[in-house]
Amino acid sequence: MATRKTPETAAVDGANVSKDDLLKYYREMLLIRRFEEKAGQLYGMGLIGGFCHLYIGQEAVVVGLEAAAKEGDKRVTSYRDHGHMLACGMDPKGVMAELTGREGGYSRGKGGSMHMFSKEKHFYGGHGIVGAQVPIGAGLAFSDKYKGNDNVTFAYFGDGAANQGQVYETYNMAELWSLPVVFVIENNQYAMGTSVKRSTKSTTLFGRGVAFGIPGEQVDGMDVLAVKAAGEKAVAHCRAGNGPYILEMMTYRYRGHSMSDPAKYRTREEVQKIREERDAIEHVRELLISGGHATEDDLKAIDKEIKATVSDAAEFSKESPEPALSELWTDIYA
Amino acid sequence: MTGTIVKSNERKLTIARSMAEALAQEMRIDPTVFVMGEDIGTLGGIYGNTRGLIEEFGPERVRDTPISETGFIGAAVGAAQDGMRPVVELMFVDFFGVCFDAIYNLMAKNIYFSGGHLKVPMVLMTSTGGGYSDGGQHSQCLYGTFAHLPGMKVVAPSNAYDAKGLMTAALRDDSPVVYMYHKGLQGMGWLGTEPGATVHVPEDSYTVEIGKAKVVREGRDVTIVSLGIGVHHALKAADTLAQQNVSAEVVDLRSLVPLDRDTIRASVAKTGRLIVVDEDYHSFGVSAEVIASVVEHDLSVLKAAPVRVAYPDVPIPYARVMEQFCLPNPAKIVAAWAQMAA
Repeated sequence: MATRKTPETAAVDGANVSKDDLLKYYREMLLIRRFEEKAGQLYGMGLIGGFCHLYIGQEAVVVGLEAAAKEGDKRVTSYRDHGHMLACGMDPKGVMAELTGREGGYSRGKGGSMHMFSKEKHFYGGHGIVGAQVPIGAGLAFSDKYKGNDNVTFAYFGDGAANQGQVYETYNMAELWSLPVVFVIENNQYAMGTSVKRSTKSTTLFGRGVAFGIPGEQVDGMDVLAVKAAGEKAVAHCRAGNGPYILEMMTYRYRGHSMSDPAKYRTREEVQKIREERDAIEHVRELLISGGHATEDDLKAIDKEIKATVSDAAEFSKESPEPALSELWTDIYA
Repeated sequence: MTGTIVKSNERKLTIARSMAEALAQEMRIDPTVFVMGEDIGTLGGIYGNTRGLIEEFGPERVRDTPISETGFIGAAVGAAQDGMRPVVELMFVDFFGVCFDAIYNLMAKNIYFSGGHLKVPMVLMTSTGGGYSDGGQHSQCLYGTFAHLPGMKVVAPSNAYDAKGLMTAALRDDSPVVYMYHKGLQGMGWLGTEPGATVHVPEDSYTVEIGKAKVVREGRDVTIVSLGIGVHHALKAADTLAQQNVSAEVVDLRSLVPLDRDTIRASVAKTGRLIVVDEDYHSFGVSAEVIASVVEHDLSVLKAAPVRVAYPDVPIPYARVMEQFCLPNPAKIVAAWAQMAA
């Protein structure tokens, strides 16, 4: 993994990143963070049920990869899915209202936090079983290959899912059939409370692709520019018909696995240190300020705007009616 | 079998060939239909139901897979969600243990989880049944296991006419359909086969509506409800009972989900007696559901307690003498009538 670039060198290296792009990434990552903070609050108020898995800390991964994607590309992920939905342009109101189990939610209250979909934005879930979304990703990629277009599918999973057998069944098929799928391992270091070091002796997770002939690399998942660059490389590989590619995103989640996490498996200091030294949003903030691309006031204005968006989403999620019980019996079949 | 009069010059097909014909006809008109599974291409499917497809449609649409059931069934769910119409084969239903997550947590639930925004138009075809000493991991029916879980339609044909029509209906359905065919009806010489399953099948494409049972023999004194190979046992038992002046009505369920409770109830309302024949395990299964459909609706129609002829609640044994002792057969159905009439 490359060490984090200092703001100065990143500004130089990132010559192809415009001010507008940087502001866009800042805005998108901030939206995810503020949305998730609000979701955490609503959970605390009893408005959201179940286990709510927040994406705080990992924002650069989805925002960077969305920056490498084009219209038509698909994405599928696990239960820690709010960030992916916001990054691909789904409506925060619809996502939040699904969290509160309302009629206005993306799944009209039938899916919840872990199960939302948008054909319009090519988002295919939101899945609750660790690793089960990975074969789905291969199927989506197969569908595109069969239809003869050049779309690519991003199949996201975590370091925990990397120990599920079906991931390797999928690696094998994806390489065998040259499917245009980017396997994105969001290595946030912990499978619930079990650190990677306690679950495998593999020193890298992307390296397991070697056994199947799939190239890959480890990426600083806290650096949105590094993520974007790696994403562009992976996507180019897939679009050129070379089959799958693996990106292992070294990232970190600040919050617990879910809202019920006892937080006994790592120290406060560990979390605090990463927040202070590697935070993805702070990184872009520094690039914007130090590069003279934005003033504190500009960023404050963005913060305010995002706060309003999230606040609207929260209001909507409270006001949207609860689903009628008659809806229980609809949508069982198409 | 199907209630139609078969002229001697009309062609008859095995279930295997009628399934393959339905697949081929649909693949010709719908490019989104493709087939995936273990040895369904070059080998032609070990039960013959994909024979000839790879020659006509090529390996892109008739795809041999690695032995990775979770992987390729999960991939089919993904492709289906993107507008394809995958057909996947689970070679033996017994293998569901390695891939049920993809089936019941993904295939069966994603329409509902999406609030109806996604369709999952796929067919999972799988072989069922024993009777040929293949041991307890290659001989189960597991009808009840699949029918129990909401979100999947489940069909189980007893003859080639229904097999073709149900397959075509399944291929055109926007919801997932589990298509359970019985090995003993396929018409494969090496398995031994039930001749009654090989019937006239029209060449043109047609559908048999999913969710509709059929009265395949009319009678007055007792209703025998079954599916798959059990229908043939029931028809043979009905012949024997007729010699004893007992008139048995035989209902072929054809679909388990949705279950045609109306046809079952109407028949039992007429006869007053019910025997359910099921090669799946005795307890918590199809046979109990059929009986509950009647007794929850109107207990007063019954002149006797219903009887189940089903597989005992034991893992399926290998030894021929043991397995044959456990399987439903016509003699057990006749005995069930005797018990009921006593």
